[in-house]
Amino acid sequence: MLTGVNFDVGAGQVLILRGPNGVGKTTLLRTLAGLQPEQDGIVEYPEEQGAYASHADGIKAALSVTENLTFWADVYGQRDVSLAEVLQTFDLTDLRDRMGGTLSAGQKRRLGLARLAVIGRKVLFLDEPTVSLDRTSVRLFAGWLQSQHLAQGGCAVIATHIDLGLDAPELDLTPFKADLAAGGGSDEAFL
Amino acid sequence: MIALLRRDLKLAVRAGGGFGLGLAFFLIVVVLVPFGVGPETELLSRIAPGILWVASLLAALLSLDRIFALDYEDGSLALLATSPLPLEGVGLIKALAHWITTGLPLTIAAPALGFLLSLAPEAYAYLLLSLLIGTPALSMIGTFGAALTVGLRRGGLLLSLLVLPLYVPTLIFGAEAVRRGADGLDPTGALLLLGGITAGTFALLPFATAATLRINLR
Amino acid sequence: MSMWEYANPKRFMGWTRPVLPWTFALAGVCLVVGLVWGFFFTPDDFRQGSTVKIIYLHVPAALMAINAWIMMLVASLIWVVRRHHVSALAARAAAPVGVTMTLIALFTGAIWGQPMWGTYWAWDPRLTSFLILFLFYLGYIALWEAIEDPDTAADLTSVLCMVGSIFAILSRYAVLFWSQGLHQGASLSLDKEENVADVFWFPLLVCIAGFVFLFIALVLMRTRTEIRARRMRALEARVQRA
Repeated sequence: MLTGVNFDVGAGQVLILRGPNGVGKTTLLRTLAGLQPEQDGIVEYPEEQGAYASHADGIKAALSVTENLTFWADVYGQRDVSLAEVLQTFDLTDLRDRMGGTLSAGQKRRLGLARLAVIGRKVLFLDEPTVSLDRTSVRLFAGWLQSQHLAQGGCAVIATHIDLGLDAPELDLTPFKADLAAGGGSDEAFL
Repeated sequence: MIALLRRDLKLAVRAGGGFGLGLAFFLIVVVLVPFGVGPETELLSRIAPGILWVASLLAALLSLDRIFALDYEDGSLALLATSPLPLEGVGLIKALAHWITTGLPLTIAAPALGFLLSLAPEAYAYLLLSLLIGTPALSMIGTFGAALTVGLRRGGLLLSLLVLPLYVPTLIFGAEAVRRGADGLDPTGALLLLGGITAGTFALLPFATAATLRINLR
Repeated sequence: MSMWEYANPKRFMGWTRPVLPWTFALAGVCLVVGLVWGFFFTPDDFRQGSTVKIIYLHVPAALMAINAWIMMLVASLIWVVRRHHVSALAARAAAPVGVTMTLIALFTGAIWGQPMWGTYWAWDPRLTSFLILFLFYLGYIALWEAIEDPDTAADLTSVLCMVGSIFAILSRYAVLFWSQGLHQGASLSLDKEENVADVFWFPLLVCIAGFVFLFIALVLMRTRTEIRARRMRALEARVQRA
């Protein structure tokens, strides 16, 4: 879908991906995260440091907020994260015993983002992380990204349409859109 | 991996249904059979091993489509695929969780239902043993089937069509072991072959499951 | 030039076009010669009478039912390893042919079984194995039909075909364990002394050749149809983009 995209993101840096719907932001992020094979090109980052998050949070309705977070911390082998601190950062402290199913869309989203804080990964690939967040929550998230994640040497590639208030370079993907007739879909092999 | 197992079990218990439904289905199928074939004790006792095995196989089938579907819909599966857990391990754990929530309760309940069908007294030990050895294979094969159909909206029926033929060897050896036990023959051969199938499925199918999940997550 | 270049869709269409009618013709000639020879110019069997003549349909169909699955397995492996689209499509094309062969084998077997064993159906290991094979074919075809994206469908059905093959072999032995049968031993084998007598054997070979050519012709034809369908998809996609 995209061709000729080339970028470097160093420690403590963020790259914002821009571009109209359907240009291939999601595909690019999923490819970076290793969910899709790249058709051509090289993706390089320390494999054991990557993490991916999309619109779907993977929050279980029958687990409480704390249980949801502990699960992901366990999966990533993070034994010594301070859950209380993370809950505080994402303004979830009052909700910590609520079941995932009873949360509002925005609260779920905050929980989904809080997951990123407990898994201890440095390279984040985030697909529209601020969908259904209000302005305050966006600031909470941007604040965490700036003062915790980036400050500790992390980095992130984020696809988003809104302004996160971060001082970050932006990459508009529109010019890289591949000419589909030239390559693209697997059916083309038949013509 | 333990965390995933614990989570899946917790979800199964809390969401309700999962546990009880399979068991209730098992009970109903076994109760329906005498209505179909008549109440003669002799006939029932002769077909009891087969009925119990077929019924537990169908009960296990019932909850297969939920193994991956929920995780696929809410995005957990993609997150798990990008997590440090190997997908092969995820498949294995899912099968294990399915077995603990369906296969194990079925195994424990089977002797009580054997009573209803006047199963021969000598066969109870082998019924328990064969189900204990055989139902894990049902869960593992089913997990593979669930992974194949996870991306489909109406995968449930297709899942049965794909999985049931794969269940044939397990069913044959499982029911044969009980039947031989009931007839006073030596069921060791059947039990060993059943164990071989279970070991084989657990050795091979996690890889096939992981491969299909990767394809479906693309 | 490597042999794989023949698997390029365009090349495939090119070389199959002239080959296809010849294959059909060969299949027709072999079948007519084999069946006429078998039905009218062979003596009746001393035990089975004239009913034995159904062998000229039954055995080749049964052989092709199994060979079709093996061909699908090979094609699936080629798709997984080398990702030739034609290979995946050939596997897809072979499945309905295989299922038909299985049905022919089952039906002719039932017709033959009635005078021989006094029953159309018995839970004999061979018969049961074919019934299970039939179910495997159904699942495989249903999976192809259910998935929209052709590459995903090709990948998933390939995995199913490989896993299914292992379980099909397992089922075969499980069924042997489960029941001793009525079915006679293999009619043909290379290492055995006592095959069917030569008078039956030659027309049977011609019939088998006919079924093989028929299978190849049908699979080629169906693969060509599949390729055309994919071409249409590609053209439609182009039109939509423009």
